[in-house]
Amino acid sequence: MATATPEAVEARIVEALASFGPDADQVTREATFEELDIDSLDLVELAQIVEDDYGVELKGDDMKSLRTVGDAIDLVVARAQ
Amino acid sequence: MTRPRVVITGVGAVTPLGVGADTLLRRWVAGESGIVDGEGACRDFDPANHLTKKEIRRTDRFAQFAIAAAEEALEAGGWKDELPYEDHRIACIYATGIGGLGTLESQHDVLRDRGPQHVSPLSVPLFMPNSGAAALSMRYGLKGHSYAVSSACAAGSHGIGAAVRAIQMGDADAAVTGGAEATLTPFARGAFSSMGALSKAGISRPFDARRDGFVQGEGAGVLLLEEREAALKRGANILGEVRGYGSTSDAFHLTAPDPSGEPASKAILAALREAGVGGPEIDYINAHGTSTEINDASETAAIKLALGESAYGVPISSTKSVTGHLLGAAGAIEAIATLLAMREKVLPPTVGLDEPDPDLDLDYIPNRARPFTPRNGAPIALSNSFGFGGHNVVLCLEGVA
Repeated sequence: MATATPEAVEARIVEALASFGPDADQVTREATFEELDIDSLDLVELAQIVEDDYGVELKGDDMKSLRTVGDAIDLVVARAQ
Repeated sequence: MTRPRVVITGVGAVTPLGVGADTLLRRWVAGESGIVDGEGACRDFDPANHLTKKEIRRTDRFAQFAIAAAEEALEAGGWKDELPYEDHRIACIYATGIGGLGTLESQHDVLRDRGPQHVSPLSVPLFMPNSGAAALSMRYGLKGHSYAVSSACAAGSHGIGAAVRAIQMGDADAAVTGGAEATLTPFARGAFSSMGALSKAGISRPFDARRDGFVQGEGAGVLLLEEREAALKRGANILGEVRGYGSTSDAFHLTAPDPSGEPASKAILAALREAGVGGPEIDYINAHGTSTEINDASETAAIKLALGESAYGVPISSTKSVTGHLLGAAGAIEAIATLLAMREKVLPPTVGLDEPDPDLDLDYIPNRARPFTPRNGAPIALSNSFGFGGHNVVLCLEGVA
C-alpha cells in the first residue's frame, strides 16, 4: 500500500480525476467537482481507487460533503493518518 | 384511416467495412468483405475520433458505435446545428440484441477476482441494453419517447418499426432509430459456438451449399425518421420512405426458425399490405441471409410463400456475406444499405456464393453487383430480419426515383 503523504495523495487524485474526463491542468485543488463535470458515479470510482491505494474507506456520506478537489485530498490524507 | 407517411432523412453506419454508410455500400458493391479471421470486427473504429474522453469511459463499445453512427446521420440530415423539431417531439428508439456484454464480462472478472466492492459503479449504466438509447438521447437532447428494443437479431428492424409507429400515432414528429451491437467477446463466442450457430469454417456464405453457420459481426446503424409533410416543409433531403412494417412470431422454437417459413411469410405479406404493394412490384429483397443451414432455407420458403411465382423474378442478396451477422444492429445497417442501393441504382451481391444449393432456387445475386432498374419509377425493396425466439420483421422501403 502506498504511503499517504499529502503530495502523493494529491498526485494520485489529480491523475484519477483527469482520467475521468477533464484535462489534467483543470484539476486544481480549488476546482469544484461541478466545474469538472465529475458526478456521484465518478466519486464512487475515485473512492474505490483511494481504497485500493491507501486503504482508506470512504462511504457515500463522506463523498457527498466533498465540493472541491482539495476537499477530497484533505479527507483522504486525514483518514490515512 | 390513412396513416401519416414516414420518411428517412439521414443515415449513418459503423460496420466491419468501415466507418460511414456510403463506405458500407461502396465496399459491398465492390465485393469486398469486412470479415477477417472469421469475425466482422470494426477494425477502423477509434472511439477517440467520435467521443470525448468522458463519453468513452461512460459508454460500452456498442453505444460508442451508436454515437458515431448518429453523428453521421444527424450531420447528413441537417440536424447537427439545431434540432428541426421540438426536443420532446423527437423519439429515440434504439435497438440492441444483447447490450453492453463486454462491460458485463470485464466487471464480472472484477467481481470474481477482487470482490463485489470493487465492481465499477458504471457497470449497470454501461451494460444495460437501453444505454445506447440513453447515450443518444443525452448527447443530442432528444426528449421524446426513448427506450431500447430487443428481439435478438430482429431488433434493428423492430426499432425502426417502433419508431415509425410512434410517428404515425402522433407521439413524435421525428425519431432517431436503428440498432447497435458489440459482442465479439469470449462469452459470446463460446455461447454462439456451443449452440452450433457459428460457422466452423469462419466463412459467411449465405445461400451457398457449403454454408455452415453465421460469422459474428459488430457495429451500428442510425436512421433519422420524420413525418413526411413536416420533412417536406423544412426542405429535408429525403432518402426514402418506410412504406410498410410487418412483424410476426414463429411460436415454434427458442432458436430455430419455423422451417415452413409460414410465420415469416405473414410478416412479408403484412409489410406489403401496409405498403399497398404487390409481389410483382418488388425490385429487391435484402435478405436476413445469415448463412446458417436452416435460416437460408426457411427464409427462401417464406419469400416463396409470400410472393408466389413473382419470388423467382426478385433479386435477393445478403449484406451478411460481407459484414457477418451484426445481431441487433443487422436490421438497421441492412435497411441503410438497401436505401443507399436504391439511391445508387445498384443491386449489391451475395459475396462468396459460388456453389448454389439446389434446394434454394431464387435469384441471390451471386458475387457480382448489377444495375438496379426499378420497375415502376420509385424503387421498392424489402428488408427481412429474423431473431432467435422466433421474431420476424419485414420493412418495405421505397427509395428515391
